[in-house]
Amino acid sequence: MMNAASDDAMGTGADDAMGAGADGPMGSGADGPMGAETVAGGGGGLDTAFFVAWLEEAAGEIARQRDRLTELDAAIGDADHGTNLDRGFSEVLRALRETPPASPAQALMAAGATLIRRVGGASGPLYGSAFRQMGKALDSGEAPGTAVTPAAFAEAFGAGVVAVERLGKAAAGDKTMIDALAPAARALAQTVRDGLGTGEALARAARAAADGARATVPMTARRGRASYLGERSVGHEDPGAASSALIVAALTTAASRTAAG
Amino acid sequence: MKKLINAAESLVDDALTGMAAAHPGLRVRDRVVLRAEGPRPGKVGLVSGGGSGHEPLHAGFVGYGMLDAACPGEVFTSPVPDQVMEATRAVDGGAGVLHVVKNYTGDVLNFEMAAELCDDVTVASVLVEDDVAVQDSLYTAGRRGTGATVFVEKIAGALAEEGAPLAEVARVAEETGRRSRSFGIALTSCTTPAAGRPTFDLPAGEVELGIGIHGEPGRTRAPFAPARELAAVAMDAIHGDLPLEGDLLVMVNGMGGTPLLELYVVFAEVEAYARGKGARVARSLVGNYVTSLDMQGFSVTVCRLDDELTRLWDAPVETPALRWGR
Repeated sequence: MMNAASDDAMGTGADDAMGAGADGPMGSGADGPMGAETVAGGGGGLDTAFFVAWLEEAAGEIARQRDRLTELDAAIGDADHGTNLDRGFSEVLRALRETPPASPAQALMAAGATLIRRVGGASGPLYGSAFRQMGKALDSGEAPGTAVTPAAFAEAFGAGVVAVERLGKAAAGDKTMIDALAPAARALAQTVRDGLGTGEALARAARAAADGARATVPMTARRGRASYLGERSVGHEDPGAASSALIVAALTTAASRTAAG
Repeated sequence: MKKLINAAESLVDDALTGMAAAHPGLRVRDRVVLRAEGPRPGKVGLVSGGGSGHEPLHAGFVGYGMLDAACPGEVFTSPVPDQVMEATRAVDGGAGVLHVVKNYTGDVLNFEMAAELCDDVTVASVLVEDDVAVQDSLYTAGRRGTGATVFVEKIAGALAEEGAPLAEVARVAEETGRRSRSFGIALTSCTTPAAGRPTFDLPAGEVELGIGIHGEPGRTRAPFAPARELAAVAMDAIHGDLPLEGDLLVMVNGMGGTPLLELYVVFAEVEAYARGKGARVARSLVGNYVTSLDMQGFSVTVCRLDDELTRLWDAPVETPALRWGR
């Protein structure tokens, strides 16, 4: 059922998340609006090094903000979100070191599988499925080392968000990860449609996720452990939305790092 | 924080090492707790699991007449699919395996993933959702699984031990859950070893009503009151959801940090309350069975028994935490 749900997410949901303008088949190379742009490695798109850098930057930021995430979780959950994600992303880094990925898809699928296998709780399956779904969406069977276009990444990111929505049965406004991830997916898709640069696309996604996380403060939780508190969940930022914002923000640090390198 | 640990990171594994050493009837392998004797051909296997910190749930209920395997996760964190898969395959005696799952998003997701990946074993699943403090509505993740888990594991485990087929074991598990309700009250928060301080601050003069089993805050706060009044709050919530009648199985459960002396005070009030409604406490359990680390407080779980459930509750059981009749 997990696989079926994921496949569905690919087939239908990606359109929802991405809007009408998402460009065609993923990995369509230099034809996307931003296809000519080079972010990393000079390959005409987002290359494997960029995705590894993304996961490294995400892991670093989660480690630095571990206590804040756990404190957010203590207020409306069970005080383990930072600890669990830090443990999971440390395992992701180890997996990437042990088996260096040969493609963006491999990097993301390895991260997803590791999170599913190592984290537990709800965040393990949810983040794990998101990364795995993104990886599957980018897995076009191209030769190792092929970079993906920003348009393909935007589409894959949207598919990952839809996987989280389906698995968690959550929608916008439920005070969950989705409240940060869905706006980020929309921002990515929009900047791609508008033909803006990759750096700008990732920056806008990061801002949308951060705004989305902050917007969970006045919400009443309807999914996840905070929903047990009902009205008492109001006034607290959702820890899942907060960690999602950190992960999306890591896209921009990864871009500047790999572009600089 | 003073905790009897070596390190927060090794807590679960260190405790499992101790469990295996203390109970020769258990075997611990890769964070799966199994009966040492292995699966019995033709017997339905029972697997449960969940975050650690609720001991004796679940590993303390592995043994004759109850669970075949338990999968402990990190403190208050569901186990991962690999653990559940390994447990499911290890206990399958050819008659299929029942997963007993408490209704939390994480537990549900990880058990579902494991069941899908175990396509070589027939798996059925029962969801325990007995906590009346949470409204089962579109606006929550549904009712939490709490104290009734002990009843479901004991009663379904007894039927499985008799050699009943998977569909029957699943049916009696569902039936036990349908007839059970719980409500919990905390006097203090609890301290997870990783966080190092209490999950929430509770002033001396207040209690948390409608708590779960993860140290999460409850639905509301109320002024501290004598045991009679606190017991009545819990029983009113239960009786308002499932009217008390006939023979009852009642558990008054400590949250890990409550003296047994006080739990018996609560039990006396609960029994009197039930009698006042015309019901009879026919079977009982008083003690720490579904805990929340070092939290002080109690939960009450009530199951409306019928003849079948009474017989299965009375059937022999031999586990670290429950043992009678054998």
